Amino acid sequence: MSPPLEHDYIGLSELHSPAAVAVAVGAAEDGALNLKETELRLGLPGSELPDRNDLVGSLSLGLLPKPLVSGAKRGFSDAIDGAGKWRLAAVGGRSEVDAGKGGALFSPKGENCDGQLPALGNAGKGKDAVAKATEHERKAAGQVGIANGNERGVAPAAKAQVVGWPPIRNYRKNSMATNPPKNKEDADGKQGSACLYVKVSMDGAPYLRKVDLKMYKNYKEFSLALEEMFSGFTIGQCDSHGIPGLCDGLADSKLTDLLSGSEYALTYEDKDGDWMLVGDVPWEMFTDSCRRLRIMKGSDAIGLAPRAMEKCKNHN
Amino acid sequence: MTYFPDEVVEHIFDFLSSHRDRNNVSTVCKAWYLVEQLSRLRVFVGNCYAVRPERVMARFPGMKCLTVKGKPHFADFNLVPHDWGGDALPWIETAARCCPGLEELRLKRMVVSDESLELLARAFPNFKSLVLISCEGFSTDGLAEIATHCRGLRELDLQENEVEDHGRQWLSCFPDSCTSLVSLNFACLKGEVNTSALERLVARCQNLRCLKLNRAISIESLIKILARAPNLVELGTGSFTADHRTEAYQNLLNAFYKCNSIRNLSGFWDAAPRYLQAIYSICSSLTVLNLSYAPAIQVNDLIKMIRHCFKLQKLWVLDSIGDKGLAAVACACKELQELRVFPSDVYGTGIAAVTEEGLVAISSGCPKLNSLLYFCHQMTNAALITVAKNCPHFTRFRLCILDPVKPDPISNEPLDEGFGAIVKSCKDLKRLSLSGLLTDKVFLYIGMYASRLEMLSIAFAGESDKGMVYVLNGCKNLKKLEIRDSPFGDAALLENVGKYETMRSLWMSSCDVTQGGCKALAAKMPRLNVEVINEREESDEMVENPSDMHRVEKMYVYRTLTGPRDDAPDFVWTF
Repeated sequence: MSPPLEHDYIGLSELHSPAAVAVAVGAAEDGALNLKETELRLGLPGSELPDRNDLVGSLSLGLLPKPLVSGAKRGFSDAIDGAGKWRLAAVGGRSEVDAGKGGALFSPKGENCDGQLPALGNAGKGKDAVAKATEHERKAAGQVGIANGNERGVAPAAKAQVVGWPPIRNYRKNSMATNPPKNKEDADGKQGSACLYVKVSMDGAPYLRKVDLKMYKNYKEFSLALEEMFSGFTIGQCDSHGIPGLCDGLADSKLTDLLSGSEYALTYEDKDGDWMLVGDVPWEMFTDSCRRLRIMKGSDAIGLAPRAMEKCKNHN
Repeated sequence: MTYFPDEVVEHIFDFLSSHRDRNNVSTVCKAWYLVEQLSRLRVFVGNCYAVRPERVMARFPGMKCLTVKGKPHFADFNLVPHDWGGDALPWIETAARCCPGLEELRLKRMVVSDESLELLARAFPNFKSLVLISCEGFSTDGLAEIATHCRGLRELDLQENEVEDHGRQWLSCFPDSCTSLVSLNFACLKGEVNTSALERLVARCQNLRCLKLNRAISIESLIKILARAPNLVELGTGSFTADHRTEAYQNLLNAFYKCNSIRNLSGFWDAAPRYLQAIYSICSSLTVLNLSYAPAIQVNDLIKMIRHCFKLQKLWVLDSIGDKGLAAVACACKELQELRVFPSDVYGTGIAAVTEEGLVAISSGCPKLNSLLYFCHQMTNAALITVAKNCPHFTRFRLCILDPVKPDPISNEPLDEGFGAIVKSCKDLKRLSLSGLLTDKVFLYIGMYASRLEMLSIAFAGESDKGMVYVLNGCKNLKKLEIRDSPFGDAALLENVGKYETMRSLWMSSCDVTQGGCKALAAKMPRLNVEVINEREESDEMVENPSDMHRVEKMYVYRTLTGPRDDAPDFVWTF
């Protein structure tokens, strides 16, 4: 059985235990440590590394009643399996860990961390940042191949987790982190952090398409892509109805033109199962909640599109 | 002195249901020992390394039901290396030789291979019930063996195991002659199963009362299954999602309408809100509801559903329920006895979802509450004191504040007083898990008041050895103590060594215990196994001869009759 993977990171393991400093030095568990790790220091956790000073404020550890010894007494061993899979480095990866993500220690308060770690503060996006950070980690540590990473739900390198904290069973972690191995892929948006494929249907089209919402940064790019995908079905309607300068995100998009000038409306189904008009909410919120898209046409659409126009007009 | 014939004594002993009572009567006199020994049917082994299987089966030759637990509890959280031990095979092999009449086997946190399952399936002709909880090491091939060879199987209950998926045919291995199933739980399996085989199995097992489907089962299959099993009492719904066709909803509604007996619901892995309404008709008879694997359910739908569940006794939810949702639970579920609130963001970050307010609301609305597991972002002493006053009947109180050393956010104090109030008020408290910022004082309170406490979990708490000593000296019923990342060292470890023989086990990791301390303990107490778990890189020369001053990363101490175990891997040293 391939063991679940979790990594002991910078963070509590070095911060909590007020071991005798001598022991701390003596216990150079993991071989190659950079000198920073073995340097003897006394001080509040979070204050010892210059590149973490900006995080001190967000650490609740600032309230600890006594100074704790930092230092290298804890290795970063992968506590799960003694067969030594890749470990976060002491092997020099730590500074990259920090630099890469501004390694948040216990960032439990989303609001505190938001300023510093925009990518991580939002739980809904946590997994994205996690995956990207995990990628950095892998390169940093110079090791490859986490077996069955998808199966087991790779631990979020970005958040500098302490092993086994919070105390949640592996089974639960894996269930929440992974996708079900279903044959039919519902666009539930939980496909993993690297891509977010959702179905796009267009009324009257013989088949549906799938788009990866993560590939686009805003509505404009997205609508361009959609337009390209579906141009074949809208012959004769996409050319001249353009109303330039209509509104910010959607203004230059031909799809908007298409929509505003014709009888199509772009809608999406959100997490609650409700059908919403695309464009009302910020892009990130849209990608978080969108499960599938539908380009409505005909009488269904007429009521919707004009509102979009009015809304856009208000922005000007 | 009155003398009863053995048959009468045995009959009296039949009324003793707890292992402890039976253990106690067997120590009264030799005659009672013999009677009890021969009549004990249900045997419980809390630590598989405390005693050899041969010895157990020699003492209880009439054993019909065996429960064995393997790895220490912290293995659940990846603190125990993967191949530490806990193999079930020796137990199954010995039972095959000595107790072939075995009917039930319950294993928790053990390593169960397909080979073990195959042996189990073939060696026990009367085998009826297999329950595996948090186990690993087997695949669907092993399950196929069980399905094929266990005639008369009544129960196959797989709870939260790591099972390798080798294909979907295991379910088809239940022969057509198998009609005896009462309980089937394969919710933890990741792979698909043969749904038509499942439907046929359900149809022919008329006594089926508990069925828990895995995530691969869609609503369409669920509807067909429910049609064939309207008498189910416990149901795990599978993914609870389908394509958006209105017929599915209507059929689902009808299916649930006919299921009048359902009292226990779980699953809902991907539940879309529209389908939740289909179960409103049965909500009012539910006693157990587990929505803790259903992150897709939004608060408002949850509240709408909970309002119907006025008979609910056990509720497991995600913290996305929020304080507002918990207030709704407090209003509706007056019979609530157990509440578990799990973090929806399993990595413990993100926006605060439940706080102390939710817990206080529950405590004031649900006076029968006796078991709690609560993951939250913050807690105050005042809230805990209120909870202690409102609910003095707690037997299990587990609080996990996600930030490990967080103080009371209002007063900035440690949470000593809050937990102190809990242990003082809840005289029947058997299990306690602490979190938040805690000094030695909380341990003083625990030692003073928690006289019935049996299991204590400590993480990132305490200031000095005194904390641990208070607990060891005070809690006279303590059975399991597990500590991580706390400043307790050799002095605490060695203060009351006799205590450990009255306990099942002690776990300490990332504390200040040294090699020398462990050796000293082992030397003083030969009937304990003092295991030190060393995980090191191969290149580390320190491994060879660490000094006594070297701090021990992980230590597991347990009483045993067998001496050091012979299946310990290289990285486990028993002193």
